Amino acid sequence: MNRSIGLAIPFIVAALVASACGGAGTSGGAKPAITIGSTNFSEQLVLGELYGQILEANGYTVTRRFNLGNREIVFPALESGQIDMEVEYLATLLAFVDKTATGSTDPKVTATALQKALMAKGITVLDYAPAVDQNGFVVTKATADRHRLAKLSDLAPVGPQLVLGGPPECPNREFCALGLKNKYGITFKEFKALDAGGPITVQALIGGQIDVGLMFTSDATIAVRGFVLLEDDKQLQLSDNVAPVVRNDYLSKAGDDFRRLVNSIAPKLTTAELTGLNKLVEVDKKDPKDVAREWLKKQGLIQ
Amino acid sequence: MTLLRDVARWFAEPAHYRGTDAVQARLLEHVEVSGLAVLIGVLLALPLGLYLGHTGRLGFVAVNVANIGRAIPSLAAIALAIPVAGTLLGAQNALGFWPTFLAMVPLAIPPILTNTYVAVRGVDRDVTEAARGMGLSEAGILRGIELPLAMPLILAGIRTAAVSVVATATLGAVVAFGGLGRYIVDGLALREYDRLMAGALLVALLAIVVEFTFGALERLSVSPGIRSERRAF
Repeated sequence: MNRSIGLAIPFIVAALVASACGGAGTSGGAKPAITIGSTNFSEQLVLGELYGQILEANGYTVTRRFNLGNREIVFPALESGQIDMEVEYLATLLAFVDKTATGSTDPKVTATALQKALMAKGITVLDYAPAVDQNGFVVTKATADRHRLAKLSDLAPVGPQLVLGGPPECPNREFCALGLKNKYGITFKEFKALDAGGPITVQALIGGQIDVGLMFTSDATIAVRGFVLLEDDKQLQLSDNVAPVVRNDYLSKAGDDFRRLVNSIAPKLTTAELTGLNKLVEVDKKDPKDVAREWLKKQGLIQ
Repeated sequence: MTLLRDVARWFAEPAHYRGTDAVQARLLEHVEVSGLAVLIGVLLALPLGLYLGHTGRLGFVAVNVANIGRAIPSLAAIALAIPVAGTLLGAQNALGFWPTFLAMVPLAIPPILTNTYVAVRGVDRDVTEAARGMGLSEAGILRGIELPLAMPLILAGIRTAAVSVVATATLGAVVAFGGLGRYIVDGLALREYDRLMAGALLVALLAIVVEFTFGALERLSVSPGIRSERRAF
């Protein structure tokens, strides 16, 4: 007796919440609860919020599992069903799931290859956005002037005198130290394990503990701090467009309404918009939740 | 079992004993930061504990204030130590050794201070009164009577501090310090569990070595007067 009442309460609460949030009288169909995960840098929190809030505004119950760790942690969580969805980057995820795959600078080609690689894992890539966030290698203005650095190939002759800083997984990643060595022939004096282009990397660049740091190209901090982003002149980085990836079992439960909502974000999300969102969070220290809600409203995606 | 075999293989790999990420280099970094933090902890907490224990004044307050140090999560302490180190020592020292060191000192102080205070307070009042009656100065009582009798308990405090600092200094890896925590943090990021386990094993071994060393020191430090009494039993 008690048990059935106890079970009923969450449903009642969920129903109340759903009806309160739903507002605009959404068309029928199942709206199964969804768990959204994210990796460990601030852009991922904003992106998680964007997709989370558009779903919440339309009556879905969203559980957030943000800031879980790097891709080595988050992607297995998606594969095993601990999360239903996360927001990814096409080329980087392709290289992660298929070590032999060769990505492309064309997002369409990369997305198709990625979908093929994810098929067996029961995961679907939804519409990718024009927004691109690649790994970028930055130096301070002083370092750039001293060694005359403008593009990555300028690093090859001076690399052995310099210290590279990046996330601990960088030496094993094709789009990080491994690719710099294979594609550009750049080796460094030392690699220092820091964070994923976050405050510790910025601090290490300013403090001179590292000379070259891995940051993300959509990170507004690069411009604000006056760092120099070295041009990727041999195109090591491929089409890292932002794209949500969802488990098929969730997609089949949720259906077309879910797909339509999620895909409505992509056309509006350009690199400039993404960099703007990142600036609000990282430089202006605003809450990713508020930043995401304001943006969705401004784009007319929620009321 | 496969993990154990992988860990054994990890330790057998010669490449893991070369360069900046070499086991002996990481071990040395770990011992350096832990040793220095405990040393500074002793220099700060021991005189204060002796004074408070001897006079009996305000001791309770001081011990409780120091104990707040135990309540601060070390991960938060290390993160907060970045701006502190940056302000005190300049941006070039805001990461790595200094924030790790600065966060470890408050961790070392409470057990040393508490044990020293309690140990000195615990010395039999009859003994100190007799010494005072025989004309010993206050400093003489502290040095000749209270300190020797309190020594085993004081060393037990330093031991507790040292073991917790050795175990916690692994967090330094999060703020770009080296040390044995490097293997744990990097092993997790790369999902190389042999590396992670090797790091955890090295930290545990180091903590055990510290534990036994101080245990032996404690036994040696028991005042001869009490020791002979023990032998009689």
